[in-house]
Amino acid sequence: MREVILPGSLEELWRLLSDRPQARVYAGGTDLLVRMYKGLLDPEALICLDRIEELKGVGEQDGCVRIGSCATYGRLVEEPLVRCLPALRKAIGQIGSPLVRNMGTIGGNICTASPAGDTLPPLYAMEAEVELLSREGSRRAPIREFITGPGATCLKRAEILSAVWVKKPQEYNVHHFEKVGLRNALACSVVTMAALLRLGPGGMVEKAAFAWGSVAPTVFSCPEAQEALSGKPLSAASLSRAADLVRNVVRPISDVRADADYRRAVAGNLLLRLLDVAYERKG
Amino acid sequence: MKISFTLNGKQTGVDVSADRKVVEVLREELMLTGTKEGCGAGECGACTILVDGRARLSCLMTAAQIEGRSITTIEGLSQNGGGMHPVQEAFIENGAVQCGFCTPGMVLSAVDLLDKNSDPTREQIREGLSGNLCRCSGYVKIVDAVEAAALQIRREKAR
Repeated sequence: MREVILPGSLEELWRLLSDRPQARVYAGGTDLLVRMYKGLLDPEALICLDRIEELKGVGEQDGCVRIGSCATYGRLVEEPLVRCLPALRKAIGQIGSPLVRNMGTIGGNICTASPAGDTLPPLYAMEAEVELLSREGSRRAPIREFITGPGATCLKRAEILSAVWVKKPQEYNVHHFEKVGLRNALACSVVTMAALLRLGPGGMVEKAAFAWGSVAPTVFSCPEAQEALSGKPLSAASLSRAADLVRNVVRPISDVRADADYRRAVAGNLLLRLLDVAYERKG
Repeated sequence: MKISFTLNGKQTGVDVSADRKVVEVLREELMLTGTKEGCGAGECGACTILVDGRARLSCLMTAAQIEGRSITTIEGLSQNGGGMHPVQEAFIENGAVQCGFCTPGMVLSAVDLLDKNSDPTREQIREGLSGNLCRCSGYVKIVDAVEAAALQIRREKAR
């Protein structure tokens, strides 16, 4: 029989982590328990973070929104502060299903570090930082450094992800997220894209930040495409050139959901939609 | 591990492995077989239960997680052992049941949805039930039933 322990405070958690170094930590269980019950994982013990209220809060500090790692997606969609992060909010609202969103957490999505993790592209585009906590103290790291490969992070032993910090993206006036899956709900992403733009007079792109999911081992950024658009008016022609750049550099795989060529084509095509998105914004 | 929790309004204790799936505890230890296990991976919603009033997947919870919580299964939904819940009545009246395997989960997801929004659009109903699959594909009547239940609940509140 495997132990499952639910510490009620961080103090208790640190004690458990030092007594049971082999235990696996989980929050919502929507990834880890699927794998464990399928027999793909066999942890010695489980530590569930669900009862640690300190990890669930959402607050605001220094122009950033600080999101507790154990806040569920369902809670975050309802949270007023998350409205300042429209691309992230849109991504969260499309994860799994209402049932999955009632259980799964943003910290779990980050630590699972799947190339298809839906919160990751908006967090990368907004240059989010993760807050990592241990008995010794806390440290912060850019999310793109924290995630080192598919399913891999630089989380240390006896350390947890306690929060994610996202600077309010006030310099942008277009906030977009799009997910392509095989159905509308309960879909693992085939390709996702988060896009932030600052459009100036005449539709001039003054600043752009893009990030794609499911097209590379980790979330994919394309500085070439951002630069290609910057300083140019947003148009079908300029987006088409940027889309070509993206298709040239993404590194997708073929799997049960889609083949690599399809993902490559879609990764570029999602950029083309920005014209409609921007016009809609202008109403 | 001894676990105590409130099950359908009654204080309950079981002695099970801490890592046992909640759906198995309900079905195999407590003999409440209304909760179904379909996919075992959170993708079908057949195992939906209410935990402190919110719909959750009992196939992706360990027994230890329900310690101290209040669980409602389909067996406990009828109010105070009396009549059926308006959602259950509406499912019967609208013929929203074909094979019935998805029905307990559908009903409980609908109860959670209507608790948060007692006047949903059909689109909001579809979205609210999007984690529950009906492989008979009888969705139209299910949405009809939830719409009818919402109306009934609003009428009862207005009284």
